[in-house]
This record gives sequence, C-alpha cells and structure tokens, in this order.
Amino acid sequence: MDFLTIVQIADSALRLATPLLFACLAGLFSERAGIFDIGLEGKILVSAFMAAAVASVTGSVWLGLLCGVFASISFSAVHGVASITFRGNQLISGVALNFLASGITVLAAQAWFNQGGRTPPLMGEGRFMPIELPFALGKSDAEAAGVPLRVLIDQANPIQQVYSEFISGHTILVYVALLMVPLSWFVLFRTRFGLRLRAVGENPAAVDTAGVSVIKLRYASMAIAGTLCGLSGVYLATGLGAGFIKEMSAGRGYIALAALIFAKWKPVPALGATFLFGLLEAIANRYQNIDLGGIVIPVQFMQALPYILTVVILAGFVGKSVAPKAGGQPYVKER
Amino acid sequence: MTLMKSFLGAAASLALTAGAALAEPAIIFDLGGKFDKSFNEAGFNGAEKWAKETGGSYLEVELQSEAQREQALRRFAETGANPVITMGFAMSTPISEVAPDYPDTTFVTIDGWSDAPNVLNVAFSEHEGSYLVGMMAATASKSGTVGFIGGMDIPLIRKFACGYAEGVLAVNPDATVIANMTGTTPSAWNDPVKGGELTKAQISQGADIVYAAAGGTGLGVLQTAADEGILSIGVDSNQNHLQPGKVLTSMLKRVDVAVYESMKAGADIKPGVQVMNLAAEGVGYALDEHNAALVSDDMKAAVDAAAAKIISGELVVHDYMSDDSCPVLDF
Repeated sequence: MDFLTIVQIADSALRLATPLLFACLAGLFSERAGIFDIGLEGKILVSAFMAAAVASVTGSVWLGLLCGVFASISFSAVHGVASITFRGNQLISGVALNFLASGITVLAAQAWFNQGGRTPPLMGEGRFMPIELPFALGKSDAEAAGVPLRVLIDQANPIQQVYSEFISGHTILVYVALLMVPLSWFVLFRTRFGLRLRAVGENPAAVDTAGVSVIKLRYASMAIAGTLCGLSGVYLATGLGAGFIKEMSAGRGYIALAALIFAKWKPVPALGATFLFGLLEAIANRYQNIDLGGIVIPVQFMQALPYILTVVILAGFVGKSVAPKAGGQPYVKER
Repeated sequence: MTLMKSFLGAAASLALTAGAALAEPAIIFDLGGKFDKSFNEAGFNGAEKWAKETGGSYLEVELQSEAQREQALRRFAETGANPVITMGFAMSTPISEVAPDYPDTTFVTIDGWSDAPNVLNVAFSEHEGSYLVGMMAATASKSGTVGFIGGMDIPLIRKFACGYAEGVLAVNPDATVIANMTGTTPSAWNDPVKGGELTKAQISQGADIVYAAAGGTGLGVLQTAADEGILSIGVDSNQNHLQPGKVLTSMLKRVDVAVYESMKAGADIKPGVQVMNLAAEGVGYALDEHNAALVSDDMKAAVDAAAAKIISGELVVHDYMSDDSCPVLDF
C-alpha cells in the first residue's frame, strides 16, 4: 500500500463520513437538550427524498436543499410536539417517525414520478458538484496536460497529493459539515445559549428556576437538529448520490447515534468517531478481501465491521460515556 | 372445519375456472423494481410490447420483500393467470415449491431454475455477451486496467464477471481486471451511493472502463464514471442513453424478448429449457447514436468476428455456473 492509496481511502472516508457527521451533530444538539432522537434515520430519509424530488422538478439543487431541510425540520417539529408539549415517550415518537419516513417517501415518490419509489436521476444544476480548491490538481489541469487526472496526481509530490485528493474536490456540503464541528463546539460551550441548552439536558428545573423557558430551549434544539439532519439527507441524495432511492439512508442514522455515544456527546470527538466509521466503509469498498499473510479476511466481515463496532461501542467498551442526565424525561413544571 | 375447508376448496376451484377463461399472463417483478432501468424494466418493456400488439392485458406485481415471493406466485396461479412469468434468480425456490400445486399453470422463470414439469426455464448466456463487451472494454482502455462492479454476490453475477474478464484478456493478455461486488444482501441491487464509491475506488486503482452488472446500483456506477470522465458499460437493458457519450456500450440481455415470446405463446407455452444465447440473439451488445462515436469500425469488426466464432462453437466462453469457478478471475 503506497502513500497515495492511503490518501485515496481517506478521501473516500471523508465523503462517507459527512452524512454521519451531520446526523451525529444533529443528535448532539437534541440529546444535549434532553431529548433522545432515535428519529435521525427517518429525518435523513425524508430530507433526502424532498431534496432529490424538488431538485429534479425545479432543476435547482439549492431549492432542493431548502425543501429537504424544511421536511426534516417538520419531522423534528412533530417529534418536539409529541415529546415536549405532550410529554410522550421520546423513543416511541422517534421510532414512529422512522417508520413514517420509510413508507411515505416511497409512496410519494411513486405517486409523483411513477418510477417505482425513486426520483429521476439528477442532472447538471440539480446536484452539488465537487469544488476544486485553488492550486489543486483537477480536471482542467488534466486536460491541459493531456493525461488522466489519476496519472497527474500520481506524479505530484505528497503534499499536493493530500491537497488535491483529500482536501480539494468535495462538494460544498462536506466543507459545511467540517465547519459545523467548531461552530457546534462554540455554540455549545462558549455562548449563553449553549450553556442553557446543556443545562436543560442536565437539570431543567434549575433552568426553569433561573427564569428561562425550558420548552423554548428544547424546541430550539429540535430546530437545530432538524436543520443538521436535513443537510445530511440532502448531501446523501444530491452530493454523494444523484437522486433518491428507497431506503437510501441505509442505517446511517443509527450509526450516527452510535458515533454520538462513542464521542461522549462532544462535537470534536464526533468528527473523529464519524470519520472512523467512514474509514471502515471506505476500506471495505477498496479491499474486498484483505490478505493478512495467510489469513484472508472475507469481504463480508469488512462490510459487517461498522455494525460490529457499533455493538461493541454500545456495550460500553469505550470507557465511561455518560448521557445528559435529563435525557428522555419530559419536563413537568412544578406547581 | 372440514366443512369450511370444502367450502373454501369449492370457492377456490370456482375462482380457478373463472380465471382460466381469462388466462391472462402475469408477471412478477423482482425487488429491484419495475423501473430499475435494467433487468426488470426490460421485462416490463417486453410485457408492454405484447400488450400493445395484441391489445391484451396482463397482471403484474412488484415484490417489496422476500416473504412475498411465494404469496404472489400462489395468488396469480389461483386467479388463473397463465403463464406466470417471474423475474430473477431468487424465484427458483418459491417456484419449485408452488409449481407442483398448480399443474395446469405454466410458470416461466427468467434467470431462475426449477425441475418441475410445468416450468419453462429461460437461461441467458450472459457470459457470451459479457465476453463481447469485455473485448470492447480492453480495446477502448488506455490504462490496461478495467473494472467490474457486480450487485449481489451470487453465481449469476460471477458468470457476468468471468465472461467479461475472459473477453478482456482475449484482447489484451496483460490487462488487469478489478472485480468488486456491492454486497451480499438484496439491498446490493439498490445502493447507487456505494456503487459510486466502488467506481471511485476502481478509478484510483487505474481502471478507465467500468462494467456494472448491478441493477439499480449500476446507475450510481454509470453516473460516477461519467462525472470522473471515464467510460462505463451498462447491462441488461440498453443503458447508453443514461449518460450519452459516456457509456461505451451495454451488454444486452433480451429479457424483453423472452417475456414477449412467453406472453405471445400464452397458455400454449412449452415447459422445459429455453437457452437465450448469442445464436438465439438472447444476448448481445448495444450500438446506437449515443455510443456510435466511441465504437470504432475495427472494434466492431473484432467483436462481430468473435461473436461469429462463439455462435459456430469455435470459441467457447467459460460459464462460471457450470463448475463454480473462473479460470481467469479470483473472487
């Protein structure tokens, strides 16, 4: 395995980690405010569908993004009403939303496009295209040199390889996701709003006593979670793929939840955890059978590894990982 | 209970006789869905062609889960549909279970296999068609490395891969063939995101032609290949139009012809084995206005010569399913 191969795998891992990272940060905001969000999966799915459907009809990926995020926020709002206002069981509400998303997307896609529960493939302006950063090697350089881009990058120096392969050439949402990590950290740990949000997840009664509305804060956290989760779905349908296909979220919402526990409800470790899951998937894609000097690891094992890791993490092998204290409990104002 | 049973039995036989008068053909699409732009859609096109020409109508269902296979077969058989056409290898077991219960109905399995006396097995020689597109891939490739992306890892898909690899090596013995499978579950037919990532992984290993035999996943492969500026090869239906000018060719599997012929024969269809090979024009490669510029006259002449040799029996392409091994490719 040479250096360039490692860079290429990291590049693929970054793409695959992006939807996980968005969803993980969405879960972070929601759970930090004391609301369990099993419904990440459903929100990813519904926003992926809306983004692809609107982008395909209007031909504008930005309108698609807007509608995708809106769909996700609507789902978040339903979750909020059920679990904040009506103090219902947050797990049940989340699971219900997952089922609803799984059914309604296929139904709507079939009624709308008549293509068996999928949207038409997105073309041109209907998708997010890779952005080529300045000084990176890209398609135009390859055309100028008259050799394939792969050869050009192969001949470049290691720094240029990392820059052109790993850092440059992603869609804008990848950079937005990376930007969200420090932003989330700043909002949660350096602003008054963040302090209150975290307090609501630990001890809502204290926040209430201080004269701050628990309900409002929790709804705000749901809105943020809906937006982030929406971006995850939008990226899946318009950045990573080119159109919606039934069940295309493929369990990413649940993996994001596992990553959230792994990351101990902190934004920067969330980046590391989701990147690890992306890396595992990328390795499984690149090496279908791994030969470890005599022992061959079959591809089935590699493909199952993210799920095995999830189980291991959930079983508590990563050290102490304490959830926000008030998580899962609806807040009842004392009378 | 026995009374109930006989009532139900009477009702069922009534339904049977009522249905037998209609004897509409029925078609069961597999999990990939009717509009997968590939295998199932080819079957749908054949059925539509028959419906247009004869003015007849047919029953259809798109399976949503594994559990529905046997249920759908029994329902169609009981409503009196004849023949009942099924798409996909996964119907082999359900058909073998159901067919003996309905001896008057003829079942057609495309890609599947059943020994029951009232089943017509339509077997395509995908390895022959794949050999031809493999030759074209090797001719068009500049890097000497070509890729193959399969859907679910099953013997049928390995048959595609093996024929393809033989075709590639026949033109360029030094060529490298990278073969990847998307997954081991039926969801592997419907994962364009993963198909795209696999394509990128193959491109970074040097592949400049990628052949997708992966149902809906293949759409992601063709898309990514076009984005990255390499050529791809479609499968089953003619997929050249999906990315015009970026798809070298498509390995045609004339599922539409098989479905059309079965429906045309109607209730008189003869059970047994129907081999849809190169000689029967059951497989081939697609040439249309979208890829005319990509296929040179030399390439076409070489491929047509090989096709003639295969038809005459002078050239034998290895069939993976005959011995579950491939002499030129490791999986």
